[in-house]
Amino acid sequence: MDTTTQNTEQPEQPGDAEQPPPTTPAPAPATAEEKRASRGATRPGDRVFLGLSRGSGIFLLVIMAAIAAFLAYRASIAISKDHGNFLTTLEWNTNVDPPVFGIAVLAFGTVVSSIIAMALAVPVAVGIALFITHYSPRKLGGTLAYVIDLLAAVPSIVYGLWGALVLVPHMEGLFGWLDKYFGWTGIFEWQQGAPRSLLTVGILLAIMILPVITNVSREVFRQVPRMHEEAALALGATRWEVIRMSVLPFGRSGVISASMLGLGRALGETMAVATVLSPTFKINASLLDPGGGTFAQNIASKFGEATDTGRDALIASGLVLFVITLLVNGAARMIIARRKEYSGANA
Amino acid sequence: MSTAPVTATGAAPRTLRGARLPKWSPWAIAAGAVVVAVVLGLVADMDNPAQLGLIAAILFVLGTYGIATRVEGRRQAKDRVATSLVWVCFLLAVFPLASLLWETVRQGVKDLDFYFLSHSMGVVADTETGGGIYHAILGTLEQVGLATVVAVPVGVLTAVYLVEYGRGKLAQAVTFFVDVMTGIPSIVAGLFVLSFWILILDMGYSGFAGSLALAILMMPIVVRSTEEMLKLVPNELREASLALGVPKWRTILKVVLPTSIGGITTGIMLAVARITGETAPVLLLVWGTNFINTNPFKDPQASLPLYIYQQYANSAGYGAAYDRAWAAALTLIAIVMILNLVARGIARWKSPR
Repeated sequence: MDTTTQNTEQPEQPGDAEQPPPTTPAPAPATAEEKRASRGATRPGDRVFLGLSRGSGIFLLVIMAAIAAFLAYRASIAISKDHGNFLTTLEWNTNVDPPVFGIAVLAFGTVVSSIIAMALAVPVAVGIALFITHYSPRKLGGTLAYVIDLLAAVPSIVYGLWGALVLVPHMEGLFGWLDKYFGWTGIFEWQQGAPRSLLTVGILLAIMILPVITNVSREVFRQVPRMHEEAALALGATRWEVIRMSVLPFGRSGVISASMLGLGRALGETMAVATVLSPTFKINASLLDPGGGTFAQNIASKFGEATDTGRDALIASGLVLFVITLLVNGAARMIIARRKEYSGANA
Repeated sequence: MSTAPVTATGAAPRTLRGARLPKWSPWAIAAGAVVVAVVLGLVADMDNPAQLGLIAAILFVLGTYGIATRVEGRRQAKDRVATSLVWVCFLLAVFPLASLLWETVRQGVKDLDFYFLSHSMGVVADTETGGGIYHAILGTLEQVGLATVVAVPVGVLTAVYLVEYGRGKLAQAVTFFVDVMTGIPSIVAGLFVLSFWILILDMGYSGFAGSLALAILMMPIVVRSTEEMLKLVPNELREASLALGVPKWRTILKVVLPTSIGGITTGIMLAVARITGETAPVLLLVWGTNFINTNPFKDPQASLPLYIYQQYANSAGYGAAYDRAWAAALTLIAIVMILNLVARGIARWKSPR
């Protein structure tokens, strides 16, 4: 077996396979794809197999296109029936005769809760990732990484149940404190209602996306070239200076894309928000009082009693969510892809 | 960095390192911070442990900075502050996550017994005690099973295409959209199947409709993990097989896939674990029922995550429904964790290849 590999040109190392276009044994110019395919097609088995696997790839693309197309189709039905402005109307009355609905409140709630979640989760997640890679004893770090991996797998409905039954009662103290000392800002005014507001949702979302951001950041921090760190140490840098001068600059784009993956998850989170938020369809300047909703939560809670128009309206709001998450995730992936090239050239 | 570290003792001999705080100093400062916080709390009449903890943490960070600046110099002090902040981050995160697991186990074991696992909610009102999750487990198993049957062939074949054949624009597009597809919110996948399968094809709510949405969520995960595994297969193996005149498709089926089967299985199981907990698409497409429905192709079914949501939402504040929700949550976490652990076990067992 080994002798055969001697005859083929430049056997690839498995580690080299990281580049996006995976290399197949014989190096051929990119234009040779057609030739290769036709050569493979001389055998019926190859033709069938290539057809099947390429078909699956195309099938995935078709699904993505179909998602966009069908959602857009149903959304256009809904928007044509809408007697309000779909983007700015502040109500969601789809079951009355001239249906009036708009996504302004949902957009507000989604953006605000996600911002809160990001503001809380990103620094903490970076801290944990640093803790695991640079601060903790090695064994503890390994175990921790494992546990956080597992926590990323906890279903969102369980977070929702915990949030509604455990977190919400514990929020009253924080809400009272915020109201007492920061109530004058208007953002933290509290009418003493149940603390099921956007702030609670943001905190719960932060807890949920923490494992996601931590996992990706940890991977990036682990890839920091050992030489960079040792060079800094050799110059007499303290551990913090090593992190600031070599680890964080190297990991910055990785952390950004990790955060955007977390953001995508926070934007689309449904059940945890639906269980915790008490839905009040209005924009409220205070984060502590009921107000707002999110796209996903609104779909889940309004779906049960929605009529035909109501369903289409919910689908229209889902389309908006789809587009937003698409943009966020696409941007995150592009940053990751660019970073890969960069670090590949650097390594 | 130009200034030499200032030693507090002044007349200390020239050594290679500046003065250092003793090893026990963080503990001492922490103890001091707690004591001061408690005294402050008694004076200011605060009894919330979270508040006291926060004050203690702030005092600890400030105290560390102050003392370290005096003894070791500013750079070392900053380093110590960073260390303690990282520890604070870690504790901050561990606290809610530990509470989540602890509460689920503590509240979940109350109702969880064989009766609970083997009975449906048949004629049990939401406010009554009793009832169980048999119908929900059955529904989840069928829906996830069907989704796996749909998603795995497509996912694995796509990965094979990307690694073994893929070049040029099509492969790039597939790679990019698989990545993007990983981030599709589950509720959007549910809405898609709703608009396509239920509203346009008029098929009605059923377990299978839910499986379709779950399959959409599962496919990109399977593609990603399988792709990674196939890339790890050494090219020498492929070349050896091709050099013997074996057709490419047989090389893939008999050499490449068997070599990476452990990793592929792990990826599939992680994907299964992920979709087992999905609630939103099930809520939109399977609708839920209190009765046992063994046929996933007709009429609403129940599912474990949906059951948790419905018990919570319909409880009207009655403890019985909350207890059932917790017990079901514990069951769900147990299933997901077992899938995860087994998957990682397979990965470890198969890894030295």
